[in-house]
Amino acid sequence: MRHVISLLMENESGALSRVSGLFSARGYNIESLTVAPTEDASMSRMTLVTSGSDDIIEQITKQLNKLIDVIKIIDLSEAPHIERELLLIKVRATGAAREEMKRMADIFRAHVIDATDVSYVIELTGNRQKLDAFIAAIDPALLIEAVRSGACGLGRGERVLKI
Amino acid sequence: MILTGAEILIRCLQHEKAEYVFGYPGGAVLYLYDALFQQDDIRHVLVRHEQAAVHAADGYARSTGKTGIALVTSGPGATNAVTGIATAYYDSIPLVLISGQVATAFIGQDAFQEVDTVGVTRPCTKHNFLVRDVHDLALTLKKAFYLARSGRPGPVVVDIPKDVSNARCEFDEKEFSKEISMRSYNPVIRGHQGQIKKAAQMLLEAHRPMIYAGGGIVLSDSAKELTRLANLLGAPVTTTLMGLGGIPASDRLYLGMPGMHGTFEANMAMHYSDVLLAIGTRFDDRVIGNVDHFASEQRKIIHIDIDPASISKRVKVDIPIVGNVRDVLDQLIRQLESGPLPAQEHTAGWWTQIEEWRARQCLAYKPSAETIKPQFVIQKLWEITDGKAFITSDVGQHQMWAAQYYRFDQPRRWLNSGGLGTMGVGLPYAMGAQLAHPDAPVVCVSSEGSIQMNIQELSTCRQFRLPIKICLLNNRYLGMVRQWQQMFHGQRYSGSYMDSLPDFVRLAEAYGHVGIRVDKPGDVEGALREAFTTHKDELVFLDFQIDRSENVYPMVPGGKGLTEMVLPSEDL
Repeated sequence: MRHVISLLMENESGALSRVSGLFSARGYNIESLTVAPTEDASMSRMTLVTSGSDDIIEQITKQLNKLIDVIKIIDLSEAPHIERELLLIKVRATGAAREEMKRMADIFRAHVIDATDVSYVIELTGNRQKLDAFIAAIDPALLIEAVRSGACGLGRGERVLKI
Repeated sequence: MILTGAEILIRCLQHEKAEYVFGYPGGAVLYLYDALFQQDDIRHVLVRHEQAAVHAADGYARSTGKTGIALVTSGPGATNAVTGIATAYYDSIPLVLISGQVATAFIGQDAFQEVDTVGVTRPCTKHNFLVRDVHDLALTLKKAFYLARSGRPGPVVVDIPKDVSNARCEFDEKEFSKEISMRSYNPVIRGHQGQIKKAAQMLLEAHRPMIYAGGGIVLSDSAKELTRLANLLGAPVTTTLMGLGGIPASDRLYLGMPGMHGTFEANMAMHYSDVLLAIGTRFDDRVIGNVDHFASEQRKIIHIDIDPASISKRVKVDIPIVGNVRDVLDQLIRQLESGPLPAQEHTAGWWTQIEEWRARQCLAYKPSAETIKPQFVIQKLWEITDGKAFITSDVGQHQMWAAQYYRFDQPRRWLNSGGLGTMGVGLPYAMGAQLAHPDAPVVCVSSEGSIQMNIQELSTCRQFRLPIKICLLNNRYLGMVRQWQQMFHGQRYSGSYMDSLPDFVRLAEAYGHVGIRVDKPGDVEGALREAFTTHKDELVFLDFQIDRSENVYPMVPGGKGLTEMVLPSEDL
């Protein structure tokens, strides 16, 4: 099963490699991993998307907790939560495709954030499925390149990850 | 006061009451060595290879419970230390390794003797640090010692660039002496009282209780508590390779070691118990054998460990208790003592069964008047040292024979590489133990394969006049490899034959020690006595020419279950 794990770490150099090293050393799956400092510059907040049986997820959270720099962890997917991911996609935009691309962006509530004579860069935020659907809706022949940020997540309502 | 980084390191080591630093100098640690030279509190032990420095610090830690300290230079100094660090990590030994690093301006430039020490050691340390600013040095060192010895202990590396060791900054002794706390690290010490109540109840109701104790007993100094608990419950006890001495081997409740080369009675009792109390141990593959086979018999499991990640990792448990073993055992004992204890009849049937298993005498072997049996050497060694020596071993058949036939009545007397299985630890472990216990007998049980992995340390032993006794069980084979090849690879002895061995007697003498070669069973006792009396104050290298084809039994073959042991008589 897919799990979204959020964690707070000391913002030390090498913190990220401790997490990624743990995953590769123990053979855990890693779908995406995002990390950046937050409002408190002494900490980094990481969102990690992984998958595995309940036993494996239990080991993953225990092993992450065991890392000295990790302050706190929650498994967001255990309860209602919000997930968002950013997609930047560069597409050909000439002739009839130019109008079509703009229409498609509007349908998905995406924005064109850069335009040249021949291309657009479109920005889209949403959950994984929405981003997948947008990419699927675009004619592959028109897709020049794409980049995704990996998921960021927060628990709904009272559920907070804070020290 | 204003101090250099090197002087701050010395202050920190003094503050930690360090007695010994095991190390090897080099370019990046020149300032550190200069500061060491200018003080008298801490003694530097010059080894002949960095791997041995870490093993010796590790052996010092294992035999005392204190934190071992090693010091190496950058690049090859650090990479040579890696096997030592990984060895300590696997067995949760408190250790701080100080490594030199090229100056901060050179980091990342592929400088001479530069290696990313923090990167290389990350997967085999509890934590590691690169100190880029001398202002961070004191606190980092303090954290390093705190992390190494607290919680589940382990090695911590502090990498200090050369310019940092020479830079100056204010050192506030008072500030430094304050208690440390880290928001990201708070190991649980006391067990959850509700879980302890449940565990006590389950143990009281058990008809076939079994205690399975590991290295956590030794690491948390809980031998007394374990013995008390076992006696309260009247429950049999097995201790793993890392837990030997956790309960006196002479105690009637003790069934010996479990696992691949464990005793028949310990393995059978593990398998057929109805309540298994696992303490400071991790159900590893060498103990449990085949996990599915182990799960084929129904039993309840209570697991006490300081590391939550060790619980339900390989085997599902019913009552997990996270906490320091000694604190949890104290709580459990108090809980048990607050009510009526189980009547002896409650477990009478179980004990009848156990005594039947014990009567199989799985460690019996055929004595010989012609060739020296390795088991016989260890038994004689046990007799002559009154079971009180510090025994270190390397890895292989001799390690198993030492574990099986030297009956440890006390903890911290048995030093070996249990988890990583590092050949070459025996002699440096003995150095660490002998320095920590100058008047105690320290014996390194080794083999002609393992001893050569750190043979250069005979020179260190000479320099520091360490009267270690080396008992070499020499079968001119890499014996454990040969045993597996005999049993599972059609007797094709690929790479397991040791040709061109040195004359160990002359080798020992060349290093300034005493060497004795023993060929006949009748000479074993005499040679051992000579080593411990005539040459009491010297290092004696005893080269026992043992039976070449002797195998270690009982044996649970790889992938098999605990009840599928092969006994020497193979009559199962």
